[in-house]
Amino acid sequence: MIATILKEAIHLGMVFLYGATGETIIEKSGHLNLGIPGIMCFGAMGGCFGANLAANANAGAFAVILSAIFFAMLAAGGMGLLYGIFTISLRCNQNVTGLVITTFGSGVLGYWSSKMGSEGITFYQSSLYFTKPMFGNVGSDWFSTIFLSHGTLVYVAIIIAVITALILRRTRTGLSLVAVGENPAAADAAGINVIKYKYISSIIGAAIAGVGGAFYYLDCTRGSIEPGVIEAMGWLAVALVIFSLWRPGIGIFGSIIFGLLYILPNYVTGIGFAEKEIMKIIPYAVTALVLIIISFFNKKETQPPASLGLPYFREER
Amino acid sequence: MNRKHHEPLIHLVKRVEASQKLAWSVRIAAFLISFFLCAVISSIMSGRGLDFFFSNFFKGVFGTERLIWNLFHDTAIMLLIALAVTPCFKMKFWNIGGEGQILMGALGCSVIVNSMAGSYPHASVIVLSLILSLAFGVAWAVIPAIFKAKWNTNETLLTLMMNYIAVCLVDYFIKKVASSGTGILNFSNKVGLIGPVGNEFILKIVVAVVVTLIMGIYLKYTKHGYELTVVGESVNTARYIGINTKKVIIRTLVLCGVLCGLIGFLLVSATDYGLNSDSTVGGKGFTGVLISWLGHFNPLGIALGSFVYSFFFRGATRVGTIGRLGGSFPDVLCGVFLFVLIASEFFINYQIKFRNGDKIREYFAPVVNAFAKLKKRPAVVAASENNSTESDGGEKDLQESIKDEILSEEVTAESVSEEAPKEVSDSAEEEEK
Repeated sequence: MIATILKEAIHLGMVFLYGATGETIIEKSGHLNLGIPGIMCFGAMGGCFGANLAANANAGAFAVILSAIFFAMLAAGGMGLLYGIFTISLRCNQNVTGLVITTFGSGVLGYWSSKMGSEGITFYQSSLYFTKPMFGNVGSDWFSTIFLSHGTLVYVAIIIAVITALILRRTRTGLSLVAVGENPAAADAAGINVIKYKYISSIIGAAIAGVGGAFYYLDCTRGSIEPGVIEAMGWLAVALVIFSLWRPGIGIFGSIIFGLLYILPNYVTGIGFAEKEIMKIIPYAVTALVLIIISFFNKKETQPPASLGLPYFREER
Repeated sequence: MNRKHHEPLIHLVKRVEASQKLAWSVRIAAFLISFFLCAVISSIMSGRGLDFFFSNFFKGVFGTERLIWNLFHDTAIMLLIALAVTPCFKMKFWNIGGEGQILMGALGCSVIVNSMAGSYPHASVIVLSLILSLAFGVAWAVIPAIFKAKWNTNETLLTLMMNYIAVCLVDYFIKKVASSGTGILNFSNKVGLIGPVGNEFILKIVVAVVVTLIMGIYLKYTKHGYELTVVGESVNTARYIGINTKKVIIRTLVLCGVLCGLIGFLLVSATDYGLNSDSTVGGKGFTGVLISWLGHFNPLGIALGSFVYSFFFRGATRVGTIGRLGGSFPDVLCGVFLFVLIASEFFINYQIKFRNGDKIREYFAPVVNAFAKLKKRPAVVAASENNSTESDGGEKDLQESIKDEILSEEVTAESVSEEAPKEVSDSAEEEEK
């Protein structure tokens, strides 16, 4: 029982992990992208499209998954580029741009899913490639149930998070990115191409977050598109970034905790529907608490990037 | 090294004082562009012609008297929401929690109505529900303000989280009191509510007008308004001239909370006659942020912005319904619409200068002048040089207006092209004579 719950928690938590890893990369460059829910919607559309494209061509499992990831990244990265153009080049307000992207993304997903539904296109067949356990049929002991019985994209999420963590902490590129988010003027003076870093991080971050949307619909819901849910999950992904203190490594465990909190109401028996609604508060409340606590202790290591949400224009510094 | 290599291809110059004429022409152009873009998108999506979009769009907005009332009602609600968050933004306090604050106001009203309606006098229920609405709204707004003032907690993220806590609280309350499980609380018998006053629209329109006037005066002519503007411009300046920034932040957010609570109260008590975490506010709290920003935090601008947005949204909804494009279609169109409008702000605030701007202008000078010739007017570029003294007043105005237009398009400094265009302009003049 506990093993099943943990398995489900890890499974669902990866949606948050994709979103949070992407958002962390964007926030490290000093941009608070509130368009993550919309970007995940675009990723979901791209992923479903790519998966069906390859599945209908009778390509192998590997090609289907690769095609889904590619198109999810393409669609979401396109939105990331749009966000970059608006906030970096056109110097629009970051919050405003992000909120428009969220409205737009969820609108397009809603429209698209109703269109797909009316044309009778389903993604169930394609989703079989994603729900299939990566390591085949493993035993039913607790270890294999929790860790080895997932689809491919679960492991991809963890690998991406680990690589991101390593890049951010250990490489020159990562340190430069952190510098851009902390103090863009100083980074600029040190010879870092701030504009380039901001653009690349917002595209790559959006692309990674987009895979999360594709993963949710192709794996968690087995190909049935319910618009609206992914938007709520996108906001939780933004919350997870704070919860994980802007570290993808901690994000892996944070995402599992979020996944657990998300599914727990379904497993808890003996309480009413109303109390289950109260349980849904926990991830948000805990995140708010974390936010307050880190600002209270004001330790350097746990702060948001110093220039988060602030625009940087070379001429105006 | 060659100096030109170090000069970027494009650089941006902030307009010191954007002229009103230019700003409005850019805005109107953006509105028209987005409008036509949406027309093209919906005609492609629905597979019908452009006239389908236009006829249904305007029918949906102005078709019947009731629809026109609806338009003004939607404008009023949008305006109230945008005005509520405006003082926060003016202070650069990024409160994106309008959604949650309004929802808490709505919850406050519902709590009182649900527990007291019927068993207590009508008026006392209304007064009490208004008070609890305001209290809940203020509580939800002032919590992030206190943490921001005390420990500089990131207010954007905190208000975002509190939105969702508010949603969950509303869901909890609804599930607790309405066992039917539809997720909607219904007060359709209107006991303990304000109910329709006159024709169910007019109350909110009047409130919106009053709040707009008060907010305009508050922001522009009061000490409070001045103080929060200074805090927004620079916290250090504010401290230096002796403004208690913590007090200003908390005070402003109390004001925001009061307005949000009031909106929540109006939504439950005089609009929806019910409560639902999904549709009572329905994302308008976020849209209010956009409208407030597009209106440059100026109440009149915001009023115009909410009108344009409501106009657009209602028309798009109609097109989506008639064209069977689904319930999300208006959101798609509004996204496109807002993208274009937001991008247009850039062209109002910045000039684009090209590295080879002079060359490009020289290259295009014959075209510009030919164009001017076509209009049978002396060429523009040389106008300031020699014929301004000769031409009469009316023509001079015209010339200047063309000059403005071309300046805005080409974004030039005046220094260019003394020789070549002058000749053309001379010849143009001769022809005219």
